Amino acid sequence: MEDLLTNVDWLEIGWASWDTLVMVGLSLLFSVLIGLPLGVLLFLTGKRQLLEQPAVYSVLSFLVNVLRSVPFIILLIVMIPVTVMIIGTSLGVAGAIPPLVAGGAPFFARLVETSLREVDRGIIEATQAMGANVRQIIFGALLPEAMPGIIAGVTVTAITLVSYAAMSGVVGGGGLGDLAIRFGYQRFQTDVMVITVALLVIFVQLLQMAGDRLVLHFSRR
Amino acid sequence: MIEFDQVQKSYQVGGRAIPALHATSMTIQAGEVFGIVGHSGAGKSTLVRLINLLERPSDGRIRVDGENITDYGADELRALRRKVGMIFQHFNLLSSKTVADNIAFPMKLAGNYSRAEITSRVAELLARVGLGDHADKYPSQLSGGQKQRVGIARALACRPAILLCDEATSALDPQTTQSVLKLLADINRELGLTIVLITHEMDVVRRVCDRVAVMDAGRVVEMGSVSDVFLHPQHPTTRDFVFESENIDRSEMQQDLAQAEGRILRLTFRGEATYKPLLGQVARDSGVDFSILSGRIDHIKDTPYGQLTLSLVGGDLGVAMSALEAAEVHVEVLR
Repeated sequence: MEDLLTNVDWLEIGWASWDTLVMVGLSLLFSVLIGLPLGVLLFLTGKRQLLEQPAVYSVLSFLVNVLRSVPFIILLIVMIPVTVMIIGTSLGVAGAIPPLVAGGAPFFARLVETSLREVDRGIIEATQAMGANVRQIIFGALLPEAMPGIIAGVTVTAITLVSYAAMSGVVGGGGLGDLAIRFGYQRFQTDVMVITVALLVIFVQLLQMAGDRLVLHFSRR
Repeated sequence: MIEFDQVQKSYQVGGRAIPALHATSMTIQAGEVFGIVGHSGAGKSTLVRLINLLERPSDGRIRVDGENITDYGADELRALRRKVGMIFQHFNLLSSKTVADNIAFPMKLAGNYSRAEITSRVAELLARVGLGDHADKYPSQLSGGQKQRVGIARALACRPAILLCDEATSALDPQTTQSVLKLLADINRELGLTIVLITHEMDVVRRVCDRVAVMDAGRVVEMGSVSDVFLHPQHPTTRDFVFESENIDRSEMQQDLAQAEGRILRLTFRGEATYKPLLGQVARDSGVDFSILSGRIDHIKDTPYGQLTLSLVGGDLGVAMSALEAAEVHVEVLR
């Protein structure tokens, strides 16, 4: 066994795993913080919705589409000046977070919009008929009813961020992806590659399982 | 009291105004159960949604208890909606909340009830609609009838003066429909609540309504007390609804009538007259022989009625007719 994994520095792997965890955790947090209100706004300003605003919807929708259509590897590079402006550096774990959020937030916003659209219109109408204002409709009816869908969206976004975070190794982002590229690919250390990939697979599995459980917990249909 | 004064509603579709409700004036009295019957697309949904301004009228005025609601601002609108409860065909309960939380929801939205008030009101309403044991269940664990009972309890939570029912029994089986209608009638009697009920089933109107408006293509084509409209329908649409609710095939009926001999009369009995042994007596006194071609004895709300189609042969028809009319039976000569 030891002979097969000669190049593996377990301490290095440990730190890289921690870095990936931090990158995914923080970028997921910010993606949700930005994407949730953005998704709600997309939903509300959409056609035949509560705050129908075709102009606002078009602008938001266009922005989201632009960010979502740029391949993440390109987004990483395009975001470098912005990242330097916000964080002070484009390198390391901290430098990877702005591009990850730029990729994750619009993605999550679309998922939120979709799950809100799946809420029965009749429920919105009933809540309106009870004298609710828009804020009460959002927090009292829409978000609780869409909760299982939104949590499923968080899971999908988290998993997408794991793969994005791995990519950020290309521009010096750190984490398991960085390790895989620097050692596994550039130094031909296949054992390091296998271990990092295995860890990423396990990470994604755990995320999916946790997400599924939460969705089940919140589903009352 | 709800007054419609030349109320009109049209929707903009592709730059053109499509009328959903033509200029309509009518008055719904406080404390009555008012039915609006019509086929889908007749405009009854629009009409009922104008009362709590889920739809804004394109023209005309709507007054609730004398107050013009048409130009209400946001605050007044919320106050109005607390005064007007609404139940729906598909119940529209929040699947993420328990039965008790669903019923508490409008009170929480109103924001001026204490937690203790909410708890006791919810318990009271649960008991009223017969769901005392189901407080902590989620809507998905209930049957259709139970869901509608939760809907009714929720609509009553803020003690409204008006209850709007949007096809409230259309998704329920006949037996459940009966029990929900009975609950609505009881509530109307106990609380003096005005109920506006829209439906496509004349039978629902017959069971609970005091007055009815019949709608067709965005217009009210007939309006009056349920017994008048039901027993003596004037407009073709109303006739269709009445025949439909009595399971009468019109062409079959025409054939039956064509084969019968003598004069054909339709007799309508209302109230006490329904139970009197009138026909035999009239036959003896006037010497006419009769055969019953079709008949029905039932109730309109709480009033019994009977409607018989007879063919009369021989004897003195004039004596028979005047004897029937003297007994306050409505006589219609069909042939």
